[in-house]
Amino acid sequence: MAERRGGDDSGSVRVIPVGALARVEGEGALHLVVDEGGRVAELRLQIYEPPRFFEAFSRGRRADEIPDLMARICGICPVAYQMSAVHALEAAFGVAIDPAVRALRRLYYAGEWIESHLLHMTFLAAPDFLGLDDALQIARLERAEVERTLRLRKLGNRILILLGGRSVNPVGVRIGGFHRVPRPAELAELGDELRRARGEAEALLRWFGSLPVPSRPQAVELVALRHPSEYPMNEGRVVSSRGLDVAADAFEETFEELQVPHSTALHSRLRRDGGTYMVGPLARVALNADRLAPAAAAAYDALGQRFERPDPAASVFARGIEVLQAIDEAIAAIDGFEPPSTEPAWAPRAGVGRAATEAPRGLLFVAIETDAEGLVQRLRIVPPTSQNQRQIETDLRALAPSALGLAEDRLRRVCEAAIRDYDPCISCATHFLTLTVERRAAPCA
Amino acid sequence: MTARRPTLAIFKFASCDGCQLQILNLEDELLALAERVEIANFLEVSSHAIEGPFDVALVEGSITTAHDAERIRRIREQARTLVAIGACATSGGIQALRNLADAAAWKAQVYPHPEWIDALPTSTPIAEHVRVDHEIQGCPVNGGQVLRVLVRALLGTQPDLPTTSVCLECKRRGTACVVVTRGIPCLGPVTRAGCGAICPALGRDCYGCFGPAADPNPAALLRHFEAGGLSRADAVRRLRHINGWRREFRGLADRLEGRDG
Repeated sequence: MAERRGGDDSGSVRVIPVGALARVEGEGALHLVVDEGGRVAELRLQIYEPPRFFEAFSRGRRADEIPDLMARICGICPVAYQMSAVHALEAAFGVAIDPAVRALRRLYYAGEWIESHLLHMTFLAAPDFLGLDDALQIARLERAEVERTLRLRKLGNRILILLGGRSVNPVGVRIGGFHRVPRPAELAELGDELRRARGEAEALLRWFGSLPVPSRPQAVELVALRHPSEYPMNEGRVVSSRGLDVAADAFEETFEELQVPHSTALHSRLRRDGGTYMVGPLARVALNADRLAPAAAAAYDALGQRFERPDPAASVFARGIEVLQAIDEAIAAIDGFEPPSTEPAWAPRAGVGRAATEAPRGLLFVAIETDAEGLVQRLRIVPPTSQNQRQIETDLRALAPSALGLAEDRLRRVCEAAIRDYDPCISCATHFLTLTVERRAAPCA
Repeated sequence: MTARRPTLAIFKFASCDGCQLQILNLEDELLALAERVEIANFLEVSSHAIEGPFDVALVEGSITTAHDAERIRRIREQARTLVAIGACATSGGIQALRNLADAAAWKAQVYPHPEWIDALPTSTPIAEHVRVDHEIQGCPVNGGQVLRVLVRALLGTQPDLPTTSVCLECKRRGTACVVVTRGIPCLGPVTRAGCGAICPALGRDCYGCFGPAADPNPAALLRHFEAGGLSRADAVRRLRHINGWRREFRGLADRLEGRDG
């Protein structure tokens, strides 16, 4: 039995099952209703990934259990969940962070960006550009590029293993710092490997530049963190391409979440005008191009025309640029490293902490309220995929009219690729999408 | 090619995708594996999906909806060997914490319209629904263990996974015991080996993410920790964690909380 969901024929509405959408992380479906005039009447990105109720079961847990619990939200980006939550707890408890810890945290983020972006670029997105089913088929044609991807991913995973013991559900993070600080020799060895990897990452990005990556420009508001001097990872103000500029603490007053019947992931929108927006690598690169390190900045300049208008399809290039950026962030964190002078120390108190960090897939907001003993009273998580859902629907609504004339298989592939631009990580938000198209038959005269 | 390649299918239920990712994290073995077996279904990374039957099905995730309870039955019918991988599939996972809670209240805490959410009040392991040939514990699973079980299953022999505790891995690594030297309440003595004892190696407590070792004695261990000052509430929290729905941990937590009457 293959994982496919079919539709049915009933009455005057024709439902055409178009098959499963694969190569996304999580479970969902796309439902398109086409009216008699051939226009899109309804479009719903249905997410039926079963909810796991993290926000509910975290109530009553101890603050120091939260990093281990949060990692379980997403196997692909556990660092971002751990770290947004840890930052929020540190804000609630008023914990001062040693500069060495901050440097190691940037190294830790860099590791996750590298492994997550490369998974998306070669394994999830590249098959679209080549008309293939998966990266294993690519390996038969372009084995060197798939092997290059695996080597680079392994390096990203190595960073996570050094700081966290393993790359999935790493165990090294605690409030105020890490359980173990790496030895200088371990960091130096990693630094040497990272320096060698820069050329590999540039070569991989050149290969993507040679692929027929489509263009799908959209009038989209880009939202990302912005820091006074750094490329944004673990802190900054929330800014947008349309002039938004607020403190991360003001996230809840700036954005709202709402539930729609067809998704187990809450939707987000701007309170300002109810508008949709996009978070993720494309938004980060576009809003922080002046913060890129030299190698990433050179790659950005070389790909300049792909970033002139917001184009979600250019996200794959933004990921490649951020792989380069992450390599240089990691090298910088290692080269300037001085071991911390203090042990992580904190004491619980009643309070509320809020934090936004940049997960591989975009801005991730967490608010945590604790009682005087440090037991969690309220947890709110706003993952990047939740925020992007409405924008994905908006993009598809804009895209669908020109694609409805295509054969069903082509239509499915176009819609899948447009969804995949956002690298939706549906298991985070609350895996696979089935596309159904309902064509409402013209009434018999 | 002289013989048909064996078929491998990978399915996901309620989970974080981390166990599937552990397969993709086999950077040095992945391409060779894909040459030796036909990947018949692995939706996270491939649009290529063929009908069963499958020689081996790896199942990640727990059963949390009526639809998924039906879906796992169909997968069982199609799979010659079914292997449950990871804490969700073998214990219900962290989301099984709902099994003791008022699930309806939880829905209402997270969603303004709980009535739109189709979810069972429980999260249960695969073996509570269908016959499971092998279980690989861990949150996440060890990718090397998945590979070993796969090879054994394809050879038609039984897997040889460790049943001992994390303590043995600490001894092999030469990690000083965090219980003995620092008095940290570590669950290593009752937790199954397989992770490589990474938590004590980082200087912290094991929190039991690989699930119970064979014939564990968590009652004696927690008695020891309570004598050392661990509160009853914290003792229960240690048990009601990622593998909290496993009988070995659940029964003791119920007794400590006085839930068993």
